[in-house]
Amino acid sequence: MEESREGHGLTEDKILSIWMILFVALILLPSIFRVSLGISHFYMKIVVKMLEWATLQIEEGVKKQKAMAPENLISTGIIQRDETPMEKEVVGRCRGCFSLADVMYFSKKGCEAVAEDEVTRRFSSEELLSWNLLSRTNANLHHVSWKLAAVWVTGILIRYCLLLPFRICLSIFSILLLMLATTVVGQFPNGRVKGWLSNQVQMICATLGVRCLSGIVHFHNRENKPQEGGICVANHTSPLDVLILASDGCYSLVGQVHGGLMGLIQKSCMQTAQHVLFERSEMKDRHLVRKKIREHIADKAKLPILIFPEGTCINNTSVMMFKKGSFEVGGTIHPVAIKYDPRFGDAFWNSTKHSIMTYAFNVLTSWAIVCNVWYLPPMVKEEEEDAVHFADRVKAVIAARAGMSVLPWDGGLKRRKVKESFKEEQQKKYCQIVIENGSVGSGSVC
Amino acid sequence: MGSRASTLLRDEEIEEIKKETGFSHSQITRLYSRFTSLDKGENGTLSREDFQRIPELAINPLGDRIINAFFPEGEDQVNFRGFMRTLAHFRPIEDNEKSKDQNGPEPLNSRSNKLHFAFRLYDLDKDDKISRDELLQVLRMMVGVNISDEQLGSIADRTIQEADQDGDSAISFAEFVKQVLEKVDVEQKMSIRFLH
Repeated sequence: MEESREGHGLTEDKILSIWMILFVALILLPSIFRVSLGISHFYMKIVVKMLEWATLQIEEGVKKQKAMAPENLISTGIIQRDETPMEKEVVGRCRGCFSLADVMYFSKKGCEAVAEDEVTRRFSSEELLSWNLLSRTNANLHHVSWKLAAVWVTGILIRYCLLLPFRICLSIFSILLLMLATTVVGQFPNGRVKGWLSNQVQMICATLGVRCLSGIVHFHNRENKPQEGGICVANHTSPLDVLILASDGCYSLVGQVHGGLMGLIQKSCMQTAQHVLFERSEMKDRHLVRKKIREHIADKAKLPILIFPEGTCINNTSVMMFKKGSFEVGGTIHPVAIKYDPRFGDAFWNSTKHSIMTYAFNVLTSWAIVCNVWYLPPMVKEEEEDAVHFADRVKAVIAARAGMSVLPWDGGLKRRKVKESFKEEQQKKYCQIVIENGSVGSGSVC
Repeated sequence: MGSRASTLLRDEEIEEIKKETGFSHSQITRLYSRFTSLDKGENGTLSREDFQRIPELAINPLGDRIINAFFPEGEDQVNFRGFMRTLAHFRPIEDNEKSKDQNGPEPLNSRSNKLHFAFRLYDLDKDDKISRDELLQVLRMMVGVNISDEQLGSIADRTIQEADQDGDSAISFAEFVKQVLEKVDVEQKMSIRFLH
């Protein structure tokens, strides 16, 4: 009896030591030296093959089921907008007169917005062209084939029983490591050594974090990486953006103070690097924000500051209005474009729908997080340019690089109502058509 | 799958809506996703606030009236059937429908029903007449604060003068139709291109 127990103990020890060796060799060491062993890339290739096979299966299945109806393929829109401007639609025959039919223009525009609008669809996850074998993206799919269902079930088993525990362990390990290391480094006297050490700690923990998610990040144009004293500006999709950028460079972060786990992480980071954190109430005081940023970038020894001018998470299909605050302070702007591949997992954090924990769970049970990061050449505000125009210019560059559309709407519309002034603009526009030369109905009512 | 409340639209319901509105199967399922994404309360109905959350609708000068058009008389919630019924008014008139059976009920997207939709935007009290006050209200909504009361009043008077034929200083539906048809192609102005 004792022998067998000892035997068990020995084998357990052996298994544990094997795990430890594998862990150090395959994950910890490569993260420290930022070398890729290619395991993730191999995994990604397998997932891609599987998804392609699944797409074919679905298409065949759908064809069989809906042999009668011509609507086989999923289109990406509900309606095709009528883009004729108000002037052409409303005027009809004459200018400077009112017609009873003018309401038709507004009612059509209104119902088009009800059927599909450009803004609210950015606040929910992107619709995929073909199912990626995750149950959360399966909205309308009927049973297609047993083979597909079997692959789907296998996928669930792999993701939840194999990958998830492993990823959770790794993330707990990285967070603990971060807190421990920053506490240790925080004890050092301020100086170059401390600076270098804290940078290393930040990058290693961020790289480990990215590995947790089976993250595969392709960095492009590294020569344009943000320098000290600059402002790094990127489109915002999720908190993972910070993790991904931090794994390739060191930044000072601007953000609001969180509670809970995020708060702990923030506090640990504050020990070693100079981040600019605000209370929610302070965020509204734009002068204070600008002052702090200005002070920060004036000191050339400080790390580049990372800002997300959209102010909230958008679903990675378009870039919404950039708030002009960070573009007013002067300094060099380093734009960065981040585009996630939606097939492997949905990186978008819908903060109105999911809490951070739910979001983390969803991310940890996706296939992987695959994204492309482009470092774009630095931009400076021109003499005659105002901040809003400069912000739009930077936004256009980022959107063009990442292949996303540009929207003039404010990301804050996720939570707030739209300003009345926009309605007044519409009304003014209509007036200009109905009134001509300051007089109304000078001819007649059409 | 997931935490969506009522994601599944039963096939019988889809068939009924198809018959009533003329939308295709895929259009109905896509509009159902749209309906559920607007339904923040996840209770299967939309309230006025849910519509107000659409920025492009909130800045529409006639936004409130259009939202009202979705809600049945005196109610504060609209279900998916009602939602589809209202949107169906904007379905384009297809050629093969024009010559369909004359015995069945008039399709929701007929020219007459489209005109009724526009008429109801004016006629709040539903007495089948657009009075001067009702016309003024709509005019005020469309022009905002940019035109004085007197000017607006004269526009309204002129409009009624031109349209009114039976001399009751109000515009009836028939007068409205005559006035509008002379100038606009109703089918084109009141149709939205729904993708398949």
